[in-house]
Amino acid sequence: MKRFLYELEESWKIAAAQMRSNMTRSTLTALGVIIGIIAVTLMGTAVNGIGIGFDKSMSVLGDDVLYVTQWPWKPVDDWWNYRDRKKIQTEYAEKVNRIIAATPNSNLIVAVPTSSLMRSIKYGGNEVDNVFTLGTTSDFTVTSTIDCKEGRFFNEIESREGAQLVVIGYDVADALFPSESPIGKSVLINGQLFKVVGVNARQGTFLGLFSWDSMVAIPLTAFNKYFSSKSASDSRADGAKGESDVRVKVRDKKRLVEAKDELTGIMRRVRGLQPEQRDDFSINEQQAFKSTLDPVKNTIAFAGLFITGLSLFVGAIGIMNITFVSVKERTKEIGTRKALGARRRTILLQFLIESTALCLLGGFIGLILAYFLCFGIGKAFPSFPIQFSIGLVVASMVVSVLTGLVSGFAPAWTASRLDPVTALRYE
Amino acid sequence: MSHVTRPTGPIVIDIENITKDYVMGEEIVRALRGVTLQIRRNEYLAVMGPSGSGKSTLMNMLGCLDTPTSGRYEFNGRNVKEMDDDELAAIRNREIGFVFQTFNLLARANALRNVELPLIYAGIDPETRQERATRALNDVGLGDRIHHKPNELSGGQRQRVAIARALVNNPSIILADEPTGNLDSKTGEEIMALLEHLYQRGNTIILVTHERDIAAHARRTIHLRDGLIEMDHAGFIPELDLETAATT
Repeated sequence: MKRFLYELEESWKIAAAQMRSNMTRSTLTALGVIIGIIAVTLMGTAVNGIGIGFDKSMSVLGDDVLYVTQWPWKPVDDWWNYRDRKKIQTEYAEKVNRIIAATPNSNLIVAVPTSSLMRSIKYGGNEVDNVFTLGTTSDFTVTSTIDCKEGRFFNEIESREGAQLVVIGYDVADALFPSESPIGKSVLINGQLFKVVGVNARQGTFLGLFSWDSMVAIPLTAFNKYFSSKSASDSRADGAKGESDVRVKVRDKKRLVEAKDELTGIMRRVRGLQPEQRDDFSINEQQAFKSTLDPVKNTIAFAGLFITGLSLFVGAIGIMNITFVSVKERTKEIGTRKALGARRRTILLQFLIESTALCLLGGFIGLILAYFLCFGIGKAFPSFPIQFSIGLVVASMVVSVLTGLVSGFAPAWTASRLDPVTALRYE
Repeated sequence: MSHVTRPTGPIVIDIENITKDYVMGEEIVRALRGVTLQIRRNEYLAVMGPSGSGKSTLMNMLGCLDTPTSGRYEFNGRNVKEMDDDELAAIRNREIGFVFQTFNLLARANALRNVELPLIYAGIDPETRQERATRALNDVGLGDRIHHKPNELSGGQRQRVAIARALVNNPSIILADEPTGNLDSKTGEEIMALLEHLYQRGNTIILVTHERDIAAHARRTIHLRDGLIEMDHAGFIPELDLETAATT
């Protein structure tokens, strides 16, 4: 054991001396690994960032909210079974709330109706098209983590009266009011004036997934009055009806399953289904959405890491090549060492450590460069999801060492099997 | 053959009828055709012979760098023929001190590190290593050069470092292959004086050479020809060796 440690120490010394005396060669070879590690690390940060972006977008949905919809939030093979389902009506929310109120120890707190349409919004000379316009009640703040940067959400009375008020997302505010506060100003939605009462804090967008930044919310009563299909001012055929759903806040997210069962029962009552009839609605939660997005996320991660991994592979080939050269030009030295009592294992170790040291050095430099690149990218494009982590540092070091071991193995093995007589005679 | 001056110490090397065949392309080269040899402790033996006589092959066998095709080889009573690579490495490390014609020092390591190398492979701790390597370098008269690298030393000094390296593990034999081959005659004589000194101190020395003047330092000489021992005699008989040298 002791002997092994001494041999290890000796091998490190040799590796260091070898790198120092072949500076140019070592630097160029390490460059391959440096580039490989930068590529893999940046990809790793991007994958990390994508994951965090997904989670952030997902958190908008809330992990303690159930969504009653016509279509389930997962891909279905039998779409014809869902197509003819009755639409979800916003009025269900009231009925559900009444049942919740009548149920002792209900797992549900409150049901909130929402309807949505894409609309353009104007203020002065500025106009934003295709804004996700949401009609809801004041209870919306219960189901959603909404943060007002300025102003407030509309209250219960305003909601019930159908006041022409609007809460706008960060990006919408930015586009319509580049240089002034939007609070108190009136914007034009679908030809109707709405007074801005609140602006949401910036949430950040990611891959066009849910973000409050490009949405506006108005009281549902006003929404139905002006935007529903019955509205004369709505001439567009597509999307004219709008999508409606009912979101229900759960009391305890650890008892989501019970809550879901309870809500299913309530919805069956609301829909007036007979016991033998199947559910004609879907109840979804954040998790269901996540599980459909996870494969996408994983595919991106896998493909990205595979492609960048190729560049690291090229670096590894460089290391392997240089180690072969090193073995060749030091054949006589290997012979001498064997004559002095070096075992096969000793020689194997020596060259493995040499290639590993080179990779580790390259990996370390690559990591430092990647860190600064990340920092730079983060500064230049704040919305680009990039995330540097300790796990990534450890992972890239492990990858460096593995690269060194794998690429050094063939040459080191060759060296260890050299016949001492032949090696000593080699010139 | 004279037996008068033969030492009577324990047998270190006991070779009986060993052969070594090499395959060179289609041909089989029979480098050794049946060599029998015994070497006792504190002998000073010169192996002579023209090139192609099997001298190098015999040296590789004696140095446990190679194993014989057939025959018996015992080193300190242990059968070398049955040993695997690692056991041979251990024998080379502990029992044999090599001195090469081309010195074979590690260019980037100083004298001390070069001499320490066999001790590292023997698993000796750093303090003992340094102490023993320093002592060995003192013994060969290089106590003031221990931190010099090979390229800062003269040829004679390099060979002294190599001899210190051969000595440092207290081997049973010192195997010197043309130790003066790369040195001028004056430096060569200094190296031979050093080997003589080591012999006087009780070391066993095997000298492989084709130079008569160098072989003349040994107490026993064997002549190889065509893979066989042609002659094995005590001391150095100039007339006999003249003949061998003429054929070289």
